[in-house]
Amino acid sequence: MIEIKNLHARIDEKEILRGLNLVVKPGEVHAIMGPNGSGKSTLASVLAGKEDYEVTEGSVEFNGKDLLDMAPEIRAREGLFLAFQYPVEIPGVSNMNFIKAAVAETREHRGLPALSAKEFLQLVNEKSKLVELDGQLTNRSVNEGFSGGEKKRNEVFQMAMLDPTLGILDETDSGLDIDALRIVANGVNAMRSPERSFVVITHYQRLLDFIVPDFVHVLYKGRIVKSGTKELALELEERGYDWIKEEVAAEQA
Amino acid sequence: METTTDIRPKDKMIAISESAVSALSAALPEVVANAKAQLQQLDIPTTRNEEWKYTRTTRIAAESWSIKNDSNTSGLDNTIIDNLDAIRLVFINGFFSAENSAISGVEGLTVLSNENISSENLKKFNVPTPANFFEALQQVSSTSALYISVEKNRAIEKPVHIVHLTNAPQALALPSVFVNVESSASINITESFHGFESTKTLTIRGLHINVDANAKIEFNKVQAEKDEQFHISLDNVNIANDGRSNFNTLTVDGGWIRNDLRISLDGQNIEANLNGFYLPRGKQLIDNHTKVDHRFPHCNSNELYKGILFDQSQGVFNGKVYVRKDAQKTNAYQNNANVLVGEDAQMNTKPELEIYADDVKCSHGTTTGQTDESAMFYLRARGLSEDSARKLLTTAFINDVLNKVENETVRTHIIEALSQKGLLYN
Repeated sequence: MIEIKNLHARIDEKEILRGLNLVVKPGEVHAIMGPNGSGKSTLASVLAGKEDYEVTEGSVEFNGKDLLDMAPEIRAREGLFLAFQYPVEIPGVSNMNFIKAAVAETREHRGLPALSAKEFLQLVNEKSKLVELDGQLTNRSVNEGFSGGEKKRNEVFQMAMLDPTLGILDETDSGLDIDALRIVANGVNAMRSPERSFVVITHYQRLLDFIVPDFVHVLYKGRIVKSGTKELALELEERGYDWIKEEVAAEQA
Repeated sequence: METTTDIRPKDKMIAISESAVSALSAALPEVVANAKAQLQQLDIPTTRNEEWKYTRTTRIAAESWSIKNDSNTSGLDNTIIDNLDAIRLVFINGFFSAENSAISGVEGLTVLSNENISSENLKKFNVPTPANFFEALQQVSSTSALYISVEKNRAIEKPVHIVHLTNAPQALALPSVFVNVESSASINITESFHGFESTKTLTIRGLHINVDANAKIEFNKVQAEKDEQFHISLDNVNIANDGRSNFNTLTVDGGWIRNDLRISLDGQNIEANLNGFYLPRGKQLIDNHTKVDHRFPHCNSNELYKGILFDQSQGVFNGKVYVRKDAQKTNAYQNNANVLVGEDAQMNTKPELEIYADDVKCSHGTTTGQTDESAMFYLRARGLSEDSARKLLTTAFINDVLNKVENETVRTHIIEALSQKGLLYN
């Protein structure tokens, strides 16, 4: 699915990712945890193609293609979806027109036939039910005036509409109450399949009770320093990150 | 005797204009006489003049213009607004063309041109003393005049479409339009300007709108000229008690444009809305000068101008709002928002509020920013091309101005025209 090798990336001369390696196979769910400033969101942004970041070393292969060589929209059409930590409010752009355009351009790229107006509406109805957003999208601007929970549900809705092979969830759980979290997680779980993978970036183990990962990685100082299964997340929740930092310091000493 | 002395551009323009008799001289002899005197005193404005600080007129002055009274109709087909069942009134190179106009007998509507317009018809109009050389020239040498009047208590359902086509190379077009809306009457007028690629023309159009008590007008000025056209609009609106005016300046295209819109609120309980958008590309220049004069209490004015500037284009906005001492309980709002897309694009914006009354609500705001890169990235991260993302953002940005246009057919036409130019998403 995706193979990240020795990835180095920086922003404004500051190196954030320092040799990150990660392999995600089809159908797997990987959780990435780590203390603040370890590079979690940078990883998400770099994979999605945000131009503020400069990749200085390493490679990313996505479904057999060089991901880093692609413009952000090509990455998306090829099947990579980033659920933003902070979804952007775009006043005046209707949520429906936006998603319609995104679906149309994505389907064209994938060689799929264009949807009729009726088919599109059916798809919207079906996918918005997944995150309990049905009927709330038509007349609103993209994310404008949405509550925190609605924004995150809108992200998952968009993901369902665009049918990616890899979903990257960047702190999708931050700031959500338990009900909203359950809705978002249910939406994601409904999309799990042997062909679709997820990378779930989070601060909190809580999310992983709902979206159960196959692997858990700890990102620290721009590298993955520890990997394990879902039990690792519970251990982190209990013990914090200091013991990881000490281990890393001991290794480097 | 031949002389080698360079003729000043100003004198050259005056000489051209003298080749025609002003269409206003019979009905407004005093106006023309006054303008004639002014013309000698005024010079072609330069950037040293505060009102023209960012709008260079050198290219206008450098050209050789001439009055072209021919009725060549080429390009006239492109001036039609699809699905607009309108009373079409056509000017070609500044001359009213009766044979290309359809003045069907609409009850309550009077349409007159040129020598058929009397002093009596125009007595209500407050034609201003020329503020600059171009305005004086327009009045002294107006190529043609058109008078539209709506009878008292009449709501004219059929919209009026005034067409200005310039298609003769180097034509100097100086048309005058008078619109009179009698008390409690209403009308919807669209005025559109069209030119030809690689056919340089200069249009200086005088517009005088008189809105009587409790009357209503929507006036949509659609500017759809080309890079080679120079255009100066001199728009004057006077509104009486309880009157309402929506004046929309919709700049779809045009090489060099100066809009001078002056609205005078001559009574109480008036609502004046003035909206505009401009999307200059290449090296285009769009200058909007507006003036709203609150003279009496209990009036509202709302002004919204939005622009997106591409490439090396230039924009100017200068919005004056006067609230006189007697104009208590005035609500006056002004907003000018701009996005600079082109790295070398330039916007000069200046709000000027002069408030002499103490019980008023007035606000103004101007913003000039860059493209919202976070929104661009968000849209692209959903699979939209950079081009589509930009068009969606452009559409969103000017949508609130477009939505002020009450005539839906005209609004749809503009959206289609902008989409065809690759500016809007559709």
